[in-house]
Amino acid sequence: MPDMNSTSLIGMTLAEARDAIRAKKISSKELTGAFVAAIEKARPLNAFITEAGEKALAMADASDKRIAAGTMGALEGLPLAIKDLFCTKGTRTTAASKILGNFVPPYESTVTQNLWNAGAVMLGKTNLDEFAMGSSNETSHFGPVFNPWRANNSNANLVPGGSSGGSSAAVAADLCLAATGTDTGGSIRQPAAVTGRVGLKPTYGRCSRFGIVAFASSLDQAGPMTKTVKDAAIMLASMASVDAKDSTSVDLPVPDYEKLLEGGIKGLRVGIPMEYRIDGAPAEIDALWSKGADWLKAQGAEIVEVSLPHTKYALPTYYIVAPAEASANLARYDGVKFGYRAQGARDIIELYEKSRGEGFGAEVQRRILIGTYVLSAGYYDAYYSRAQKLRSLIKRDFEQAFEKCDVLLTPTTPGPAFGVGAKTSDPLEMYLQDVFTVTVNLAGLPGISVPAGLSENGLPLGLQLIGKAFDEGTLLRAAQAVETAANFKHSPAKWWSV
Amino acid sequence: MSTAAKNKLLKGETGDWEIVIGMEVHAQVLSNSKLFSGASTEFGAEPNSQVSFIDAGFPGMLPVINEKCVEQAVRTGLGLKAKINLRSIFDRKNYFFPDLPQGYQISQYKDPIVGEGEVTIDLKDGESIKVGIERLHLEQDAGKSLHDQHPDSSFVDLNRSGIALMEIVTKPHMRTSEEAAAFLKKLRAIVRYLGTCDGNMDEGSMRADVNVSVCRVGGYEEFRKTGSFKSLGTRCEIKNVNSMRFIAQAVEYEARRQIEVIEAGGTIAQETRRYDSKVGETRSMRSKEEAHDYRYFPDPDLLPLELEADWVEAIKKTLPELPDEKKARFMAQGLSAYDASVLVAERELADFYEELAKGVDAKAAANWLNNEILGRLNRDGLSIAQVPVSAAANNAIIRMIADNTISGKIAKDLLDIVWTEGGDPRQVVEARGMKQVTDTGAIDAAIEAVIAANPAKVEELKAKPKLAAWFVGQVMKQTGGKANPAAVNAALKARLNLPDEG
Repeated sequence: MPDMNSTSLIGMTLAEARDAIRAKKISSKELTGAFVAAIEKARPLNAFITEAGEKALAMADASDKRIAAGTMGALEGLPLAIKDLFCTKGTRTTAASKILGNFVPPYESTVTQNLWNAGAVMLGKTNLDEFAMGSSNETSHFGPVFNPWRANNSNANLVPGGSSGGSSAAVAADLCLAATGTDTGGSIRQPAAVTGRVGLKPTYGRCSRFGIVAFASSLDQAGPMTKTVKDAAIMLASMASVDAKDSTSVDLPVPDYEKLLEGGIKGLRVGIPMEYRIDGAPAEIDALWSKGADWLKAQGAEIVEVSLPHTKYALPTYYIVAPAEASANLARYDGVKFGYRAQGARDIIELYEKSRGEGFGAEVQRRILIGTYVLSAGYYDAYYSRAQKLRSLIKRDFEQAFEKCDVLLTPTTPGPAFGVGAKTSDPLEMYLQDVFTVTVNLAGLPGISVPAGLSENGLPLGLQLIGKAFDEGTLLRAAQAVETAANFKHSPAKWWSV
Repeated sequence: MSTAAKNKLLKGETGDWEIVIGMEVHAQVLSNSKLFSGASTEFGAEPNSQVSFIDAGFPGMLPVINEKCVEQAVRTGLGLKAKINLRSIFDRKNYFFPDLPQGYQISQYKDPIVGEGEVTIDLKDGESIKVGIERLHLEQDAGKSLHDQHPDSSFVDLNRSGIALMEIVTKPHMRTSEEAAAFLKKLRAIVRYLGTCDGNMDEGSMRADVNVSVCRVGGYEEFRKTGSFKSLGTRCEIKNVNSMRFIAQAVEYEARRQIEVIEAGGTIAQETRRYDSKVGETRSMRSKEEAHDYRYFPDPDLLPLELEADWVEAIKKTLPELPDEKKARFMAQGLSAYDASVLVAERELADFYEELAKGVDAKAAANWLNNEILGRLNRDGLSIAQVPVSAAANNAIIRMIADNTISGKIAKDLLDIVWTEGGDPRQVVEARGMKQVTDTGAIDAAIEAVIAANPAKVEELKAKPKLAAWFVGQVMKQTGGKANPAAVNAALKARLNLPDEG
């Protein structure tokens, strides 16, 4: 057995842990045990809704047996955290909502099934904004998640981003080797950015949506949240698949993304979209962005200015399309079949009203109302159908930009992590968090956030790269170039572990 | 034909009125599994035994289109001589109902799979009219609420949830309750020929919503000329009428109700009504203002449905001969329009007829089927599928009549025997000595016996030649009905020196 204490075990990257297991330097059980203990100690972060320590250790045992038998999967024995939006057979799945209550799915999502098929171990289900609606993980019925990071000389709790805030906190706090997230308007990239980690939203259709509690079906996409770009490549290779159970999944071979990281970026054309320079953005964001361009240029990339003229319509478009789809997707939570049912209703209408009124939180209700409104007779043409037209214009912007470049470089967020409660009273302020990320979802493209530096007050900031559809290979290679140049080695102080 | 034909008018206090009728028919697609899930569609199973997680609207479940259902819709479209849309879109129709687990029905709104077509209907007076089809689209059925299982709870059965339906919408081209019933009957025949719907109205496989309006004489003609609905009256929709008889009754009642309202100085409000078959009335369900706002939008879980023209063409090649074509062919074989339309109304009946008529006179076969077989089926409460004597056996009987092996009278007795006892008709004829006697020796002997036994009648016959019929009857009796009546007639005439009839 190797000379490794539990801190160095949980501090490994996914790739390092994989190699250690393959070399039989560590067992899955040891590794998993270290994470189970770390998760217990980190309860003040509230990163997990459901811890699955026992199940994790049993899975690790089974994995060790396979390792001994020489039948190893790509992620054999590697402990992961799963966003509580992925249905997991036999393990409670809540979407962080009261209305799903103690829903225990009798089926497994395709993405998680792919991970288990590759030998991975499930540590538990991570917290999130209710139904993935939020940018701070504060709308969860199970309470907010705290960012492992704190500003210099401050004990104030900060948000971990959202909606995949439990996953981002778990990765940042070394509570798992990697986590799954879902990204509808930035829900993987923004939390990764504000916790100093890597978050990849693949091309729409790259990963199956089967078994993921739906928020906005035409935008939702699962992806990995990891410590490194290489880890993201390894995770994506196992998560992605075409799926007969999801008509919108795409039948394209899944390449060896890890291999595609090799070869450098000489000659790569990196587009800088001028419309992403927004008024009132902190100077440090702009400065980091320029630095990112310089890093890539220094490694042989060509920097080109491009235009995405409809960018300013992206947020309004998103906040019509996503709530519209959500209003229908969430109609099934009605107190009739599963989940929360209000007591004392006198008739079916009251049952609906009370169950949904008590079961959904304020933000979810707000979005259902917006969505219902924009689809209503007399408003549909003014809102929903115009949003669809704008969506195709936004998509076309990217197509035209990609005639001149191979990837785009932008900031991920307009600023670093903010304080818990700082933006909850102003939804519009909160929605602005997604200003750089929603366009990617509207266009169905892959996007990745890479930690690139610290803000003035010592908090992580990320840079976003956007790729062509199904060209995650090039995207990851460019992301790795940023990662290498940024050489971001910071970690939060473990204040939660007493 | 005149659009204001007298038989299509309803008399009111203030003059004549025209009725205008359009229909929306929900036809359950014949397929083993549901429109978007693999669950079984079999009728009559234990409640909630045929429900997948998709049908129950579980979190994270996604619909996946069943290709068989698409093929059935296209096949039906082709059978309705309709335009097949190579690109169609599934939409979500949003409303809350306990038996609608997703909170929305997946349907097709602006871009249905099938566009305009037409159905020809035959009326009793021999008139044929064409009813335009507006569209056909695919959608999911809902489940069923059960209110009679528990004193203070309602239960939901989701077996039906997600089963594929074709909604077939006509243009307002029907003018009488008879036409409305005839349309549904014809549509049912077509889908049954095509094998795309079993047409079983008792089990709810076919349900109709009937739109009825009334207008002054000439309004309909104006509408057909200009396409402007302003020439027609305000329509009311009668929901879920589930038999041909009720459709006719509901249309009659509703038209008279509307005329009364208008003639009393009132106006018709556009609304949805329900037909109560127990009292024979339609009753208001909800007004236009109370109508749901379904907030249709394209279902993001499903890609637009794109069909290959070659695939549609290949389906077209497998279409069976449909009632209209079959009727034309039967008429060319010498059947009357009436006989032909009776025979083609059910595919099984037409198939039976074709088997029956092989190598024999078409008219004789049709008569035999109409008079003998259908009569007996009707008497015994059986359908053509349950006929106890095969078409081939009946064909043998007709052949025996044609070649004078048996008489028409004996043939009926023979059918009765094999109907109840079974057996091969030819063997029964042999075994029971039912063959017609054409042997003049045997007939002459019978004649001599009758003459010898009835000397008085022979004397009478000389004065009253009409008594010859009595002699024929006696001879037939003597031969047990087996004598060829024409041969008996001829022999009697010769023997008794009777004059040729007038």
